[in-house]
Amino acid sequence: MADRHLEPDSPELRARWGSFAWTKDNAAKAKEVVARYPAGRQRSAVMPLLDLAQRQVGAETNTQGWLPIPVMEFIAHELDMPVIRVVEVATFYTMYNLVPVGRFHVQVCGTTPCMLRGSDDIIAACKKRGMSKGHTTDDGLWTLTEVECMGNCASAPMVQINDDNYEDLTADRVDAVLDALAAGQTPKTGTQEPGRHTVEPLGGPTTLTAMVGENHDYRGDW
Amino acid sequence: MSLQDKDRIFTNLYGYQPWTLSAARKRGDWDDTKALLARGKDAIIEEIKASGLRGRGGAGFPTGLKWSFMPKEPNPARPSFLVINADESEPGSCKDREIIRHDPHKLIEGALVAGFAMGARAAYIYIRGEYIREAETLFAAVQEAYDAGLIGKNACKSGYDFDVFVHRGAGAYICGEETAMIESLEGKKGQPRLKPPFPAGAGLYGCPTTVNNVESIAVAPTILRRGASWFSSFGRDNNKGTKLFQISGHVEKPCVVEEAMSIPFRELIEKHCGGIRGGWDNLLAVIPGGSSVPLVPGSMCPDMPMDFDGCKEAGSGLGTAAVIVMDKSTDIVRAISRLSHFYMHESCGQCTPCREGTGWMYRVMERLRTGDAEVEEIDMLWNVTKQVEGHTICALGDAAAWPIQGLIRHFRPEMERRIAENVREAAE
Repeated sequence: MADRHLEPDSPELRARWGSFAWTKDNAAKAKEVVARYPAGRQRSAVMPLLDLAQRQVGAETNTQGWLPIPVMEFIAHELDMPVIRVVEVATFYTMYNLVPVGRFHVQVCGTTPCMLRGSDDIIAACKKRGMSKGHTTDDGLWTLTEVECMGNCASAPMVQINDDNYEDLTADRVDAVLDALAAGQTPKTGTQEPGRHTVEPLGGPTTLTAMVGENHDYRGDW
Repeated sequence: MSLQDKDRIFTNLYGYQPWTLSAARKRGDWDDTKALLARGKDAIIEEIKASGLRGRGGAGFPTGLKWSFMPKEPNPARPSFLVINADESEPGSCKDREIIRHDPHKLIEGALVAGFAMGARAAYIYIRGEYIREAETLFAAVQEAYDAGLIGKNACKSGYDFDVFVHRGAGAYICGEETAMIESLEGKKGQPRLKPPFPAGAGLYGCPTTVNNVESIAVAPTILRRGASWFSSFGRDNNKGTKLFQISGHVEKPCVVEEAMSIPFRELIEKHCGGIRGGWDNLLAVIPGGSSVPLVPGSMCPDMPMDFDGCKEAGSGLGTAAVIVMDKSTDIVRAISRLSHFYMHESCGQCTPCREGTGWMYRVMERLRTGDAEVEEIDMLWNVTKQVEGHTICALGDAAAWPIQGLIRHFRPEMERRIAENVREAAE
């Protein structure tokens, strides 16, 4: 994680983000989030609030969003905690973007289960389109990151792009997904393998076949 | 005899049917939960103990016994908490995701039952940040349960007040360690705490806390309904029950499937995964329990019972039952080196042997991958893994060391071959 760094504080950054405040919707959400934790333990809400803030920044910049220092200061003030404690959390957890990212954050899993199923090809396909790891393309469309295991191992290899997963990829399939996103479409999420539903064996489940067609209640067989 | 569909707990595992409360109820969830609670705390804990259920998160600690460590009479000033570990991040593991997105009500009902049994006032479900859509489902399912009066004040009209909250992580594997998870829930960096004190004594906010895996909690209501003897009729002694297996890598059809514990490896693969890619002679090695356990050479695998003891006898562990299969096309050194990269990336940086050791081990592994090393460095690497193992607060150091030890133990000739070839190439 040593390669993570904060976007330097600057007058321009202050000018852009110094007056950051919740939108009306997010103010209501933030209140609801803080209420999940016992009174006096509002600090527990720092992670969900950072996520909310990153999403708000994303909505304002038409990207996945990131966390400028003034936004972290805002969260610290909201939760009545020292700024450094917020910065510590933001730098520790990899899902908080510390620098601006592109419209689509292409996170290719490269850990062994995906590697065994061909994640090298997926990364190569992304590079072929001009992406490079840790960078945003000049048109601001793509940021490529190789991430660690995303927990989709039985439908590997996979990529997470902003909030959605695309699984069972090949170079062609990831190209199709990226083409669709670039064209402003919403490609099918989940497995890209024709005929596969989720994580059942390809070709149809070997168990629980009665569930395929109806919401079967097995209690009658107990 | 093999496991029949009627004895599978996660009947909507593949999500062919909706996850919603009304659909879950038709499958048998939330069926007179009030009566389950009416049996009383001790009876519930005894039933879970008798079922032989061992924690499904990797360590395999008996679940009922864990619950019994909680204070019998909660102190209102120090309420007890149940924390449910849904931070599934172990490479190879992908079972909790299926439970959460396709059968979330099993988990929520389990939270109530387990929370009641241990006298907890609330459960926090800590779901990994990357499970974005899954968390959306879970939030919605929890809301459904509140709206139906199943949790919250007077949960299921039992007279017991119990809240369930969802907390999303943000991309840190280490938060799957129970004390790191508690730190993270408190709004801090996820760095593990020293034990003792154990969470049952001083956990979340300094209060008594039990941390359980999603699968351990989600199976509890079914065990109570069908009885301990039903659950313990599957699997060998000390390895009871059914289990979600997650098979990835070089099998014809990777999948997640619920099977009886102790199923032989070959049967698991043949029945559900269409066999090894290229046939059984093409099997190189298997990591039977997620990245943290040592690999098992292919020749030892076919008859290995897939349970805690069976994997242990093969020099490995069942872990989360995340079975990573590698055929002979695999660059085995690279496969393990990539895991070393994972641990380097995920080390929280608190303990020096792990913070420095994981990076050092990865760099040496990368040189061994290409053969750009001396033969003595294999021994040096072995020694360093031994210096990391057991010298850190949490088990991440061990988890980083074991895959490398497994590689050296079983594939040393391959490592030496690469070094020899590299030397020869350099000489030419």
